[in-house]
Amino acid sequence: MLTEPARENGSIEALPSDVIALRNVSRRYGDAAAIEDLSLSIAAGEFFSLLGPSGCGKTTTLRLIAGFDRPQAGRILLQGRDLTEAPPHRRPVNLVFQNYALFPHLSVWDNVAFGPRSQRLTEPEIRRRVGEVLEVVRLPELARRRPHQLSGGQQQRVALARALVNAPAALLLDEPLAALDPDLRRTMRSELKRIQREVGITFLLVTHDREEALSLSDRLAVLHGGRLEQVGTPRQLYDHPRSAVVATFLGAANLLPEGAAGGLRLLRPERLRLSASPPTEGERGLRARVRELAFQGATVEVRLCCADDLPLIAIDTSAALPENLRIGTELWCRWDPADSHLLEASLP
Amino acid sequence: MNRLGSLALGVWSALAYGLLYAPVVVTVLFSFNAPRGRFNLVWQGFTLENWRHPLRDAALTEAFFTSLGLAVAAALLAVLLGGLMALALGRARVRGSRSIELLLALPLTNPEIVLATALLNLFVGIDLPRGPLTLLLSHSLFCLSYAALILKARLAGFDPTLELAAQDLGAPPLAAFRRVTLPLLAPGILAATLLCFSLSFDDYVVSSFTAGEIVTLPLYLAGAFQREISPQIQVLSTLVLLVSAALLVLATPSRQSRS
Repeated sequence: MLTEPARENGSIEALPSDVIALRNVSRRYGDAAAIEDLSLSIAAGEFFSLLGPSGCGKTTTLRLIAGFDRPQAGRILLQGRDLTEAPPHRRPVNLVFQNYALFPHLSVWDNVAFGPRSQRLTEPEIRRRVGEVLEVVRLPELARRRPHQLSGGQQQRVALARALVNAPAALLLDEPLAALDPDLRRTMRSELKRIQREVGITFLLVTHDREEALSLSDRLAVLHGGRLEQVGTPRQLYDHPRSAVVATFLGAANLLPEGAAGGLRLLRPERLRLSASPPTEGERGLRARVRELAFQGATVEVRLCCADDLPLIAIDTSAALPENLRIGTELWCRWDPADSHLLEASLP
Repeated sequence: MNRLGSLALGVWSALAYGLLYAPVVVTVLFSFNAPRGRFNLVWQGFTLENWRHPLRDAALTEAFFTSLGLAVAAALLAVLLGGLMALALGRARVRGSRSIELLLALPLTNPEIVLATALLNLFVGIDLPRGPLTLLLSHSLFCLSYAALILKARLAGFDPTLELAAQDLGAPPLAAFRRVTLPLLAPGILAATLLCFSLSFDDYVVSSFTAGEIVTLPLYLAGAFQREISPQIQVLSTLVLLVSAALLVLATPSRQSRS
């Protein structure tokens, strides 16, 4: 079913070309494990996301890689070097903080120049680099402003420029878009992708926003309860999740019981077709009653209930739905078995 | 009703500020007075004579500079120690930091005379002769709580991720502190220094118990008060006023750019 090369399947074997490699890393706070035996490899130039609900250990992972915290077990390799114990200022990675953490007493220019100055580069070199990176984030005209004179989106760009100016081996982003309003978030999302393509640096994004992770990432990892659930491309994880946790975290999911051993079959709501006519040959189908209709603009979400109280969700364009659909209507939910996917791991 | 209310508020504010600043105005005014006799208490006429030789009164000038030096030294010592305490309490997770904070605030409620006699007891007990050292120790002691509490409040509004960001960008911890934390704490440090300075500069009670042979300005004035009040006192006071006002103005712009 998975045709990508071995590496794409979420292999955790570290390669020499890996920019970031975690090997069996654990971090506990008191008795609670924030992350447990986590192994992860991120290749050069990759846009990689750590996705999970709050408290899943994704921010802890980022802090460990940045050097703000030390693991109790395991090793952290950056560009092939073991830097588990290295302080933050000796690591070839830079972090974009969730609240941006711009220095309020410094201008945009001096904020961005902070890194190069710490590296004791020559003044002409500092000017060249800062000018260049401000061009990349499209803010050169605001260089003299103070952070509090900028909008949220502009502050975000400054934070990006400040972290990129040192040309790190990897850029770490901690929920960078969480503080922005939805429209701006969409703009900054495509900006992030453009900037990553332009500079070619590895991006490691931490987020709880599945749309963000799905649309931006080359590969992503789903973390749950401090453990790695699954690693793969967005499409692999969406279409072929290993567990119910991954299936439901990446999108709305119908989970149909299968067999006596508690097996589950995933059926994405957009794969369901609603019709008055029964399934044709090769199709599967269930008789269901409409319980709720939610108009969502481009699509309509239909919540249904099958005979044995099994809830189903179907999402389709208005045009594709049967006419006169209303609450209480009885009809057929049909799908192509090839569009469904049997989960390896059953519900916990 | 509303207009009446705002009028009343205006009058009330004017009264409050008037009372607050009346002594200041009187001091500045009387530095230009030409008093008859030895007591500069009644307005007689305008003169610049007092300002021509501000340091004419040798004993007064010596006491003035003693107090000035003492206040600067005590303020710097208190802010240095208080700042370190504030950093420790605000940052590191110190065991029992709650009790330490309470112990820090407690001396503020302690009557000064109690502190003064206790200090005298202590110095006599450990056989430390009263003089410049005991004076400096005592003054920085009663300034310490103020300095620590002001700087702790300032640190509470400080985002600790800023220092992490500095380290992440390649600055070692000390450089991160110097380039980010210190400039952002500067207004608080200046405020604490100014407060400690004036606390020490006008202290009478503690000084009278711990100064030994040293004569600070308040001690001198309290003694001289019986014999004369020379306009040089107002001249020197006005000078001090100008210096602290200038420092306060210097501190203000950096405070505005904070948010």
